[in-house]
Amino acid sequence: MTAVTLPTKGPLLRGKGWTAFFVALIAVCAVAPALNLWVSADSPFHMSDYAVALTAKIMCYAICALAMDLIWGYTGILSLGHGLFFALGGYMMGMYLMRQIGRDGNYKSDLPDFMVFLDWKELPWHWTFSGSFAMTLVLVVAVPGLIALVFGFFAFRSRIKGVYFSIITQALTFAAMLLFFRNETGFGGNNGFTDFKRILDIPIATQGTRMTLFVITGLVLLGCFLFARWLIASKFGRVLQAIRDAETRVMFSGYNPLPYKLTIWVISAVMCGVAGALYVPQVGIINPGEMSAANSIEIAIWTAVGGRATLIGPIVGAFIVNGAKSWLTVAYPEYWLYFLGALFIAVTLFLPQGIVGLVRKWLAPGDRGAVASDDARHEAQRALAAGEGMEPEALPPVGVTAAAVGGIETKGARA
Amino acid sequence: MTMRFLHSCAVALALLVAWPAQALTADEARAMASGETDDRVAAINKAVPTADARTAEFFQAMADDAVKTTPGRVFVMKDDQGFDPVSGAEARVPEDAEDIVNNNLLRSTLESAMAALRLTSTDEKVRGDAVQTLLNEPDESRLPLIERALAAERVPAIKARLERVRAASMLDSADRARRIEAAGTLAGSGSPEVKLLLNERLAKEDDVEVKAALVAAVRRIDDRLVWGDRINAVFSGISLGSVLLLAALGLAITYGLMGVINMAHGELMMIGAYATYLMQGVFQRYLPEAWFGGYLIAAIPVSFLASALVGAVLERGVIRFLYGRPLETLLATWGISLMLQQLVRSLFGAQNVGVENPSWMSGGFTMLGNVSLPWNRIGIIVFAVGVLLAMGWLIGRTRLGLFVRGVTQNRPIASCMGVNTARIDTYAFALGSGIAGLAGCALSQIGNVGPDLGQSYIVDSFMVVVMGGVGQLAGTVYAAMGLGILNKFIEGWAGAVLAKIAVLVFIIVFIQKRPQGIFAMKGREA
Repeated sequence: MTAVTLPTKGPLLRGKGWTAFFVALIAVCAVAPALNLWVSADSPFHMSDYAVALTAKIMCYAICALAMDLIWGYTGILSLGHGLFFALGGYMMGMYLMRQIGRDGNYKSDLPDFMVFLDWKELPWHWTFSGSFAMTLVLVVAVPGLIALVFGFFAFRSRIKGVYFSIITQALTFAAMLLFFRNETGFGGNNGFTDFKRILDIPIATQGTRMTLFVITGLVLLGCFLFARWLIASKFGRVLQAIRDAETRVMFSGYNPLPYKLTIWVISAVMCGVAGALYVPQVGIINPGEMSAANSIEIAIWTAVGGRATLIGPIVGAFIVNGAKSWLTVAYPEYWLYFLGALFIAVTLFLPQGIVGLVRKWLAPGDRGAVASDDARHEAQRALAAGEGMEPEALPPVGVTAAAVGGIETKGARA
Repeated sequence: MTMRFLHSCAVALALLVAWPAQALTADEARAMASGETDDRVAAINKAVPTADARTAEFFQAMADDAVKTTPGRVFVMKDDQGFDPVSGAEARVPEDAEDIVNNNLLRSTLESAMAALRLTSTDEKVRGDAVQTLLNEPDESRLPLIERALAAERVPAIKARLERVRAASMLDSADRARRIEAAGTLAGSGSPEVKLLLNERLAKEDDVEVKAALVAAVRRIDDRLVWGDRINAVFSGISLGSVLLLAALGLAITYGLMGVINMAHGELMMIGAYATYLMQGVFQRYLPEAWFGGYLIAAIPVSFLASALVGAVLERGVIRFLYGRPLETLLATWGISLMLQQLVRSLFGAQNVGVENPSWMSGGFTMLGNVSLPWNRIGIIVFAVGVLLAMGWLIGRTRLGLFVRGVTQNRPIASCMGVNTARIDTYAFALGSGIAGLAGCALSQIGNVGPDLGQSYIVDSFMVVVMGGVGQLAGTVYAAMGLGILNKFIEGWAGAVLAKIAVLVFIIVFIQKRPQGIFAMKGREA
């Protein structure tokens, strides 16, 4: 028996990583504004307003994908309700933006147009803090966080996991969508919020404001990336991954998984809320459609395409899938759903590690053995679990002897 | 049109026989056809008690907009020919004759006037309908007519309703004794329309005693209506429950027994609905019109086979590689659902397609005054029970069912016994998909058929299966019915959307408390 060496805590990023990070930082903070604001529109290097809006939108999505990766890729909990937290963050920001319209709406009233339309005389209670930007920032974090905390506490305490959890999160966002569709809920019903005019009393549609929001979004994305990196490398992150791989073992080792799961669940929800709050002023609309089940599942596919359990993967995935979406929905609108559907199938069948996993495999052929054995172990575990009709975590981890792998694989083919 | 004409002729004939009537005069005809609306209504009501065959024909002509007027004369138009309403002789219509214009008030007056004349029809159904029409628009001027009809009426059901019409017509009487009597008679009815009439009178009534009688009558009707409402709520709850059951039964096999998270389940239902639509097209185009009602029967096996085939292809092509990886299955089947939706959109267009109810599924049957059960809803309940029984038999009594249960319980041993487990997986998945197709066929009769059909049911059907307990047929049934009835009862006082939200929240809380569902699986895992 050789002495077990505990993995030492690695640096946040290595040399190349820091280089790439600063390149991204400079690209967001300096190059993009310069190309957009100061290069003339005729120049091939000019970044059009459309490109700015699109990139900003995708960066918001990338934050969501990163949040999804923390909960799904690293903790093994697939949430189909992240669209809810995204929309909640968006709605909080939307309420503030609606108040900023002031008396410039169609009805020239202090109240938002839709309230005048419904013949309401004063703001409902949940609009109390919508006048203040500082309070809005607090709400953007607090509301999705609080809802995630309450829901997560009850769900994790009853040890709901796997598909059950996915399905009830889907029910949650579906119920919320129905709620927000009602006019009486006080969030603008079907139409949601739109026609924003100002943010912090600055006109919202100018190039300068848009660029500022773009830079802020980019910084938040990079910040979230660093934060996730730090979190995953910490002891906390290691426990999360242990919960993903064998929750029962973690419990037997004396850990209570509940606080770990709950913390990462709330962090993930808050990240989505922040992304939503950044998304709304740039896209200019928020409505209950954002809470549809389809949107939440799409977040999962961005993460899966890029590569689960890697941090760069979700960002890459969000850019690739949404880039393809904005191109295909314009060029071949009828083929977009075929493409998206095929992507779901192809990634799950052929690319379990996503694009990042594929690239890693190509770049490090010598390392393949290690990856393969890891894969084999997971595969064997799953096969056994399926055979026993149990959750994979409930079984003892499978040893990686060649015989076991070989023996299991014949079974695995049919499991 | 011809029918209506014949009708009015029959009515006219009956009238001629029934009592000596006063002939229609030119002045009357002019008063009814031209002038201010109120005057015309008064003229029509005045003509009813003394109407003869010509008057009946004239009413019909006015209702059909087949009357022209000049300042001095009135013409009934038939096949571009003018006729004099009084003599029936052909008459030349001047160029400047104008079509009469009937507003809604005039139309309903004409309708009740004609109904009043039909009271003496020899056809029971015509009389029954006439009484119903009169009950909605009672008018004191028709009282003599109704009393005469009452004296002649022999069918007890119609007689009882005529009594009610008589009472309703007396409600606005100047004599307060008659009003009190009317309130007393009407109290025996259980229909919301009568309640409305009573309330209308109550608002106008000044006499204290009559008021008290009216209030008492309304209260008695309310008592009867409450029962009707309860029956309605239970029925619509069972109806919704059987829709949920149909949607969830297929999933009870693919998810409940096989453990496949099939997010494309809704789309398999959609395929069943579109198969029904195609069968409708085939019957419309290639088969005699009289057979059209049979398309639904033919659509049942077709929709089953279409969805089962798609299901088998999916299982062979995608799902079998993902057994034991539920989250991946979820994503892959979601992708499949997107592709199937788009496929249907490309083939049939993004709009909803029209699927008609065959004649034997439309209409309904009236149980109480305010309880009317539509045939298509009843049909779905019966169909759901049928599918449930067939599935119970298939899983519990046949060799295939035995194999499916065996493979679910212990795959390696089943395999050792010589069961081809891979093939059983395909069959079982195809069976579940086929049942989804049957659900789609049924849903096409009560809702829209469009590419999004499946999306609206997928969350619900998973809720039902999860709540009933995975792998439990009986649990699925209880969960579907329970959720259906719960939903409809909450809907009664909170509205449809809040009811839906309340049910979802209830399920979320329920799963927290009892993750294994209503019925826990018996065995090692329990």
